[in-house]
Order: sequence, then C-alpha cells, then structure tokens
Amino acid sequence: MMDILNILLSESFWAASLRIATPLIFGVLGALICERAGVLNLGIEGIFVVGAMCGWMAVWLGAGLWGGVLVAALAGAFFGLLHAILTVPLGLSQHVSGLGITLFATSVSYYTYRTALPNVSSPPRIEPFQPLDLPILSDLPFLGSVLFQQTALTWLALLMVVVVWYVMNRTALGVALQAVGDNPDSVDAQGLSVYGLRIGAIVAGSALMALGGAFLTMSAFDAFFFGMVNGRGWVCIALVIFASWRPGKALLGALLFGAFDALQVRLQTEIGALVPGQVFLMAPYILSIIALVVAARSADYPRALLTPWFKGQR
Amino acid sequence: MRRPAFPMTTVLKLNGLSKRFGPVIANDDVSLTLNKGEVLALLGENGAGKTTLMNMLFGHYLPDSGSIEVADEAGVLQPLPLGHPQVALAAGVGMVHQHFTLAENISALDNITLGSEPLFALRRNRRAARRRIEAIIAQSGLTAPLDTPVGRLSVGERQRVEILKALYRDARILVLDEPTAVLTPQEADTLFENIRMMTAEGLSVIFISHKLREVLAFSDRIAVLRHGRKVGEMATSEADEASIARMMVGAETPELVGAAMVPGVPVLTLSGISVTGRSKRDTLSGVDLTVHAHEILGIAGVSGNGQSGLANVISGLMQPEQGLIKVNGSEIDTPSPVAMVRAGVGRIPEDRHREGIVGAMSVAENMVIERLDDPDVQSRGLLRREAIDDNADRLAKAYDVRGPGVEAPARLLSGGNIQKLILARVFDRSPRLILANQPTRGLDMGAAAEVGRRLLEARERGAGVVLISEDLDEILGLADRIMVIRDGELHEAPSRDREQIGLMMAGEPV
Repeated sequence: MMDILNILLSESFWAASLRIATPLIFGVLGALICERAGVLNLGIEGIFVVGAMCGWMAVWLGAGLWGGVLVAALAGAFFGLLHAILTVPLGLSQHVSGLGITLFATSVSYYTYRTALPNVSSPPRIEPFQPLDLPILSDLPFLGSVLFQQTALTWLALLMVVVVWYVMNRTALGVALQAVGDNPDSVDAQGLSVYGLRIGAIVAGSALMALGGAFLTMSAFDAFFFGMVNGRGWVCIALVIFASWRPGKALLGALLFGAFDALQVRLQTEIGALVPGQVFLMAPYILSIIALVVAARSADYPRALLTPWFKGQR
Repeated sequence: MRRPAFPMTTVLKLNGLSKRFGPVIANDDVSLTLNKGEVLALLGENGAGKTTLMNMLFGHYLPDSGSIEVADEAGVLQPLPLGHPQVALAAGVGMVHQHFTLAENISALDNITLGSEPLFALRRNRRAARRRIEAIIAQSGLTAPLDTPVGRLSVGERQRVEILKALYRDARILVLDEPTAVLTPQEADTLFENIRMMTAEGLSVIFISHKLREVLAFSDRIAVLRHGRKVGEMATSEADEASIARMMVGAETPELVGAAMVPGVPVLTLSGISVTGRSKRDTLSGVDLTVHAHEILGIAGVSGNGQSGLANVISGLMQPEQGLIKVNGSEIDTPSPVAMVRAGVGRIPEDRHREGIVGAMSVAENMVIERLDDPDVQSRGLLRREAIDDNADRLAKAYDVRGPGVEAPARLLSGGNIQKLILARVFDRSPRLILANQPTRGLDMGAAAEVGRRLLEARERGAGVVLISEDLDEILGLADRIMVIRDGELHEAPSRDREQIGLMMAGEPV
C-alpha cells in the first residue's frame, strides 16, 4: 500500500501520466469533433499510424520538426476527407468505412515506410522534440518538474483542449456543429450546409488524431516502428463516451488512462514477482471498460450520431 | 371574424404549380394568392398535396411547371427563383414544419440565431441577438425560455421557438404546417392570438390544417386541395363546416355516434399505480383507474404529463413500483409486454413509426409480429410463410391497408396506412382491452374517422378502451367517461364541458 502511495506522490509518475496522455488527448479531441457533428470515425487507429509515419518521415527527409507536425496533420486530414466523402454525401456505413480507413491507412503507412527504407534493420532515428525548459517556472517544486519536463507537443495538446472547448461553446461554428450532430434538419432549415459542416468536422478531427500519432514518433520516441500505435485510437473512441463529448472531461479521461498506464508500469517493477506482467498490461484497459460502463449508462449521445442525412429527405 | 387591417396588397402568388413524383401527380396546376396581413387556411386530406405545394414554395422541391412571385420589401411582386431554400428564406418566406427542425442539445437562442451569424467569427454577439429576439417576443407574444436546451422545452414552447426562428429571419410570409396538431386547446388559442398580433404587424400566414373548427374560427380565407388540385376557395365568413368537409373528402363523412350502452364487467383496474420515470412524461403517482366492457375511457391532458407512463404501464413496458394491475379480473404479477398481450390487451402505440411497426420488415410480418408463437404463424419454430401471407392479404383487404403490397417493407407505407396496419393487427385478435394512445395524431379526416369507427365497433363487441388523446374534440366525440391526467395524477372530469376540462388540463383549480 505504501508503495502505491509513494508512486502516486512522485513527480516522475505524474510527468509520465501526462506524457502517456498526450496522444490520447489529441485523439479524443479529434474523435469528439467528428462525433459531435454526428459521424463516428473508426479510421482513428489508422490515422494515428499515418500521423506517426508521415511526421517522422518528413523530419527524416529533412523537414523541421514543426514541418513534420504539419505534414502529419495534412496526411490525417486527407484520410479524414476520404472517410467524410464516403460517409457524408454518400451516406455509407460509418463503421465499415471507418474500419476500412484504418486498414487502408495502416497498410499504406507500412508500405511507404518499407518502400522508402527497404534494407534497414534498426529504425533510423530523428532528433525529436525536447522538453521545454522555461526559466523560473521549471524550478517550481513538483509542478515545475511535472509540467516542464514536457515537450511542445504536450503543450499543444493542452492548448487544443482550450481551443476545442472555446470553439464548441463560444462560437457560431461550434453551435452549428453541435446542432448538426443532433438534428441535421435544424441546420439545413436555417440555410447552413449539413455536408459542409460534417465534412469540415471530420477533416479537422482527423488532423488532430494524426497529431496524436505524430507525438509518438516525434516526441515520445524518435523512430517509427510497426505496431507502435497499439490500440491507442480505440482507447480514444471509448474515452469520448467517458467524456460525454466534452473537451474538459476528455482531458480528464485521457489523464486518468495515462495515470493507470504509468501506474501499472511502476507496479510491475514493484510487485512484478508476485503477479504476471500481463495483468498489469491489462489493467488500464479493464479500468477504462469499468469507467465506460459507469459513464455510458448516462451518456447523452449526439442524437444523429451514425445516421446519414440526405438532402431533401425527411 | 376580423377585418383585414391592410389594403389588399398581394404578397405571394403561386401560378399554376404542378409537380409529379413518378406516376403520382402531387400538384396539378395549383394557383393561390396571399394578401398582406391575411391568414389563409390550406385544407385537404393527407396526400392532397398541401405539403408538396408548400415545399415548392420553400424551395425544397422544384416544380415541373408554374412560377412563384413574392413581394419584396417595397411590396412589389418579384419572381422567386425556384428550388433554393436559401433564396426563399432571403425573400422573406419562413416555414414551420410539422416535425420541428430544432436541435435539442442547444438553447432556443442558439437555434434561433443558427445560420444567421458568420460561422468563422471568433466571438458571437449573443447580447444583440437576445435583444432582437426579445423585441420580437414582445411584438408577437411568442414566449419561450431562451437559455434552456430545447430538449427540455414543452411542445408548445418548441413550436414558438420555430416561429421565432422564422421571424428572426425577417419572414414576411409564414407557412405553418399543422401547427395545432401537438397543442392543447388553450395552447392553440394562444398560438392563434399570437398569429393575430403578428398579422396586425403585417405578417401574412398560410396555415395547413385538418381541423375544421379552428380553420373556421381563425382564418380569413380558405383554400381546399383534393388529389393535388385546388377544388375550392372562399372567404371564411361564407364557409361552413359541412360544405368544407364535403369539398375536402369529395363525399359526406358520416357522423360518428356510439349507441348507448351499459358498461359491463371491469376489464382493466389500476389501483395506486406509481412509477418514477426518467422524466415527467412517464412518471405516475397513485393512479386509480377502471375501464369496463362496452366503455371508452378518454384520458385528456397536455402532452408530457404522464401519458407515456400510463401507456407503458398498461402495455407492460414499464413495471410500476407500487400498485396493482388487474386485467379481466386477474392480477398481473410481473407485467411485461408479452404478459399483457396474452392477457388480452391490444396496443395502438403513440409513435406508430417507432413503436408500432418494424419498418424494415414486411407488412405481412408486421401483421403477426405480436403473436409469433401462435400455431397459425409458426410450426416447430419455422414461420409458416403462406399462412402469414394469406393472413396479411385478408387483413389488408378488411382494413383497407394500401401500399406497395404485403411483401414490401412496412416503412414504405404512408402514416395513415401504417395506422391501419396496426388497427388490423390489434382488432383482428378481438382484444378485451384496447389501449389507444394518440390514435389519430397526424391522420386525415377519413383515416381518423376510420379509427373512431373501429374503436366504437370494439366497444360494441364488448371491449374496454383506454383512449389517450390530446385532441379534446376526439375525446368528447368518442369517450363514455373522461379523466384528465396532470403531473402524473389522474382525476375524473366532473363534466363534459370543454372549458372546464381545458382548465383541468392546465392544472388550474376548477
């Protein structure tokens, strides 16, 4: 028991939690924007892979780090656009299209990687984002070392929480996005474009998802390797429900998951001899299932989620 | 009757509009004019082409031939480019659909301003918007809470938000598609008062309705459509109920009169039923009710006062926390839909599309869906297709269910025919108790009269009927006894007086 307490009070634990949470924050925000507009984007897992690969490759080919981030976002937006065209004007099944995007995007990423680097045994490294060391602030006790060990991308993720919250709740665009996910007819009757809003939301959401992937290769690690996304996209889909489609709660959910994950790594070293390691690996997922069961019962789904809308049909 | 407050200036002209959907002629050379400050009632049965006509005006449909002229701000008629809702909105045509087009997760204010602000501005000017809306409210009397999510507003409030939306867009012509279908008599009266305030300010209104009483009371002029053609047009002062009804239907509609009958044994007894539902609509507190054979019990009330809860308890969808349910004298211990069907309850649900049918399944399958374990329908777990189809053919004929055939998915039927399908399914089993929840909502006169006739027939046969309706005329016309539901409580109406029942519905002491 004391061990757990010690872990929870350590700075490195909280710093790790925030680091692990960062790609999830991007992912949950991206999924949240899509679903608020009424479209489920199961392409998220593949878009993570695309973001990870493209961001890394751009830097490896000589672009700057922020150039890599931009390339990753554009690549994510491209696959988002594909999903949007299939599900919005064509009205295809969002599940099928999303899973298709995930398979396609993942395979294309691996294919591109292998074609570009046919003969490498160990993945080539890039110089990743470094922790932002701010004078004075970094010296703050506890908070300083938790927050200021983080890279610029983590700060960007936290900033995006605020931005998404502001857009959703304080701008006409956000109101229209919420409305289009609840009752597209309300938006159409007021002369706004349902297709435009939904396509835009999916493209923007997918770009955010890709940043989650880019964080993995450009900040958390410094190389791209197979299987590195490892289900993070799926976790985000669950976290959106936990967050009831609210940016603030999305941050909370991502941090909780990050904390569970950071905790299990530390518990493995503490009491790993007693319990098989797989149990610890499972823990964050089991806990997120439990959290989801509790949260989903009262979840207020966007009413038009999964329902395609066609002009002129009521 | 009121005098037009404005000199006769025409604000809208429909010239010879025609529209075909495949072989069906929805509108055939329809011409109409609307004057400033006038209330024009557009009457007609379902399928007469009223909504199609208005959808052409609003740009949802493109007419095959004909043209539309709308007065601009200076009052000069200008041709309206067809097929563009945006253009119609900009020309001052506002439409309030029968199915509200409101987003329920955002506030009334946001619904009203949706689409009239720049989308990509960093800030919204909600204060200015609120001031403008409040000015419109003051002028029209259309009050609604502006900051509550629309999902929590009453139906009447939502409708007012819909109208406010149109007025906020500077509508000079307002089209209301069956505005009173979902309102109490008092709410409807308020709505018409508001319409009067608005027409006094120069607004012109077209309202679509089946209800002759309100059309006669509130319109200035009446146009009647039948089978897509305009069959009559007259000043309301020259119209009377019988002549309009004849014009709409093309024939006399028989008056529904139930023969005097002595109530028999109780078929349904609810004592002390309490349910805590998820909202006010399905919460009941201490409900006592008895329905006898040969009796129609009418339950009047404003929508959302516990009608859903009552219907759910009687159909077994909800288990009461307290109280006793007896059907045909025997107690139902664990109510479930199956138990209630077995006990002889026939259910005509409120939302016929969602709770009445499975849209993707065929008409024939929907006709047997409540008795799948019946040996007529299956043997050893396999469906007897031929017997099911024969049954469907027989019922479709007997109940006049029209559509693309019994093999077609039920969702392809029109609303009236879906209701006939449900009637066929329910009445064919000769249930001892019939729960009819809003059975004529949205039906035209012919179809509504058919529902009433079937209910009276069942009563004659010896069934008990619980008729839940928001249409007081319907209850007064059919019910032997009337109870009023309010805040989940049920009270016997002391008389059949419209005013008194209306006040009880509104929760005022009588």
